[in-house]
Amino acid sequence: MSNVFIALQANEDSRPIVDAILADNPGAVLNEQPAMVKIDVPGRMTIRRSSVEARIGREFDLQEMQVNLISLSGHVDETDEEFTLSCER
Amino acid sequence: MDMNAKKKLGLKEKYALMTRNLGWETTYEPMDKVFPQMDYEGIRIHDWDKWEDPFRLTMDAYWKYQAEKEKKLYAIIDAYAQNNGHLNVTDARYINALKIFLSAVPSLEYNAHRGFARLGREMRGVGPQVACQMQAIDEIRHAQTQIHSLSNYNKFYNGFHDWKHMNDRVWYLSVPKSFFEDACTCGPFEFIIAIGFSFEYVLTNLVFMPFISGAAYNGDLGAMTFGFSAQSDEARHMTLGLEVIKFMLEQDPANLPIIQRWIDKWTWRGVRLLTIVAMLMDYMLPKRVMSWKEAWEVYFEENGMALFNDLARYGIKVPDCAALIKKEKDHISHQAWNAFYTAGMITNFHTWLPSEDEMNWLSSKYPDSFDKYYRPRFEYYRQREKEGKRFYNKTLPMLCQVCQIPMLFTEGDDPTLISYRQIEHKGDKYHFCSDHCQHIFEHEPEKYVEAWLPAHQIYQGNCFAEGADPTAPGFDPLKSVLDYWHLDFGRDNLDFEGSEDQKNFAAWRQQATTN
Ligand SMILES: [Fe+2]
Ligand SMILES: [Fe+2]
Repeated sequence: MSNVFIALQANEDSRPIVDAILADNPGAVLNEQPAMVKIDVPGRMTIRRSSVEARIGREFDLQEMQVNLISLSGHVDETDEEFTLSCER
Repeated sequence: MDMNAKKKLGLKEKYALMTRNLGWETTYEPMDKVFPQMDYEGIRIHDWDKWEDPFRLTMDAYWKYQAEKEKKLYAIIDAYAQNNGHLNVTDARYINALKIFLSAVPSLEYNAHRGFARLGREMRGVGPQVACQMQAIDEIRHAQTQIHSLSNYNKFYNGFHDWKHMNDRVWYLSVPKSFFEDACTCGPFEFIIAIGFSFEYVLTNLVFMPFISGAAYNGDLGAMTFGFSAQSDEARHMTLGLEVIKFMLEQDPANLPIIQRWIDKWTWRGVRLLTIVAMLMDYMLPKRVMSWKEAWEVYFEENGMALFNDLARYGIKVPDCAALIKKEKDHISHQAWNAFYTAGMITNFHTWLPSEDEMNWLSSKYPDSFDKYYRPRFEYYRQREKEGKRFYNKTLPMLCQVCQIPMLFTEGDDPTLISYRQIEHKGDKYHFCSDHCQHIFEHEPEKYVEAWLPAHQIYQGNCFAEGADPTAPGFDPLKSVLDYWHLDFGRDNLDFEGSEDQKNFAAWRQQATTN
């Protein structure tokens, strides 16, 4: 199974999102590069609104991620609750 | 942000109401007349409603997040300028990478803007219309923010002063320029495969991820900021590129061979274009994040192959050129730097030889090629420099008719032999850097015979300074061409060592760090 990945700017906005991804996606591999972080997950990655909210203590709109997103791979599916990347749609 | 967002509608419903439901079937004019560009490329679309939007971004959210990106960007750019951030870059040689960036990239962004603005009108489905319109606005933002950010460097360093004029004229800049213009002169479906899929999805990570991360590593907050800000839009562009290809393939099996040909062509054109990025990464960043070869292995061989595996169920094959590219990855950055170093008289940036440390780094990253083929060359040039005989190539190179790159690449299986192809078409000879470029030409000779090749144009006398008289006694053709380019001999070109940039940077940094 191939990986999907997401890359975010390394900053305070991204930190809780990165933590949520690592907690919610077994097999996630964090790769820290200058000024950015890249996370690879085999097959499928899910970012949960509730997991991010639990970390930041306020309501969170998954589209806020747009501001710090650098790149991603895979097929995107976006709902109010989850942002999903998968190898197959 | 959204501290008290009380949503009345879910994302999907909101998106449907505010985007998809904005389209309608026209009645005063038939739809085919309203969207007249949808047929002639042979692509068959039966049901535009099957289009799936990856990001469900509505226009109001789009403006909100884009405004936020801009505010962040300009806050950093202002702080960077106010603090003379340019003096914090690792080494003034690095600034030459920015000269290439400014003279090549904003013009590409602007052409991307034009292309997607056109598609926003020409695409018949409302989903792709909206996505293309958003991308058109993104792309003009990229051009503007790059120009704004880099204008800070123009106050202090040479070579930044007339990038648009140079983009239209300087020899090597015809490579990026023709890449995008050749895409813009395609039909709408080919354009979106060329730019949205082959370039944005397959290749753009190789441009921005290592290079912008590299900018950060080299203390260039300015380039890092506009780079990441642009890149934040890129995720949307890439998913548009991926959706478009899946949509077209699912609509009709007859689309497959057309799309496969476009993917083969534009992946190859894109890879050729990236030669310059390979060189930037391996030779122009004083602190290096990763080698070109490593970046290629991660972003093309791993991620790109995963993508093609995913598309295999539609019948899509890995582009033919992948086999050659695999062989070339050990060579192209060295061959390109060799070409620019020897052409250092006609560049709008400075060149230099890699230091001993840098050569050791290159040996470790390229164990199969650097010491064998390239180190001896650089050592020979160093010897000549020491003898006061710095080698400059005084003639103009033969250019490939398709990618417009000088004949600097070698045969896949023999790195000592220049790869060179020649054919005749309607009584004229045409030259190519590779089988792949030759095949592109053979399929569309009418398009590529029109190529404006700078070296040919110079030899035909079309690139001398205004009012110059080539028959006058003592006429200096090189000087006249540089005047035509608005390139200041001795300031903008030649070696970094001894340049005004080098002296100024050292003096200013001294002032900034001492009393
Ligand atoms: Fe762009
Ligand atoms: Fe070529």
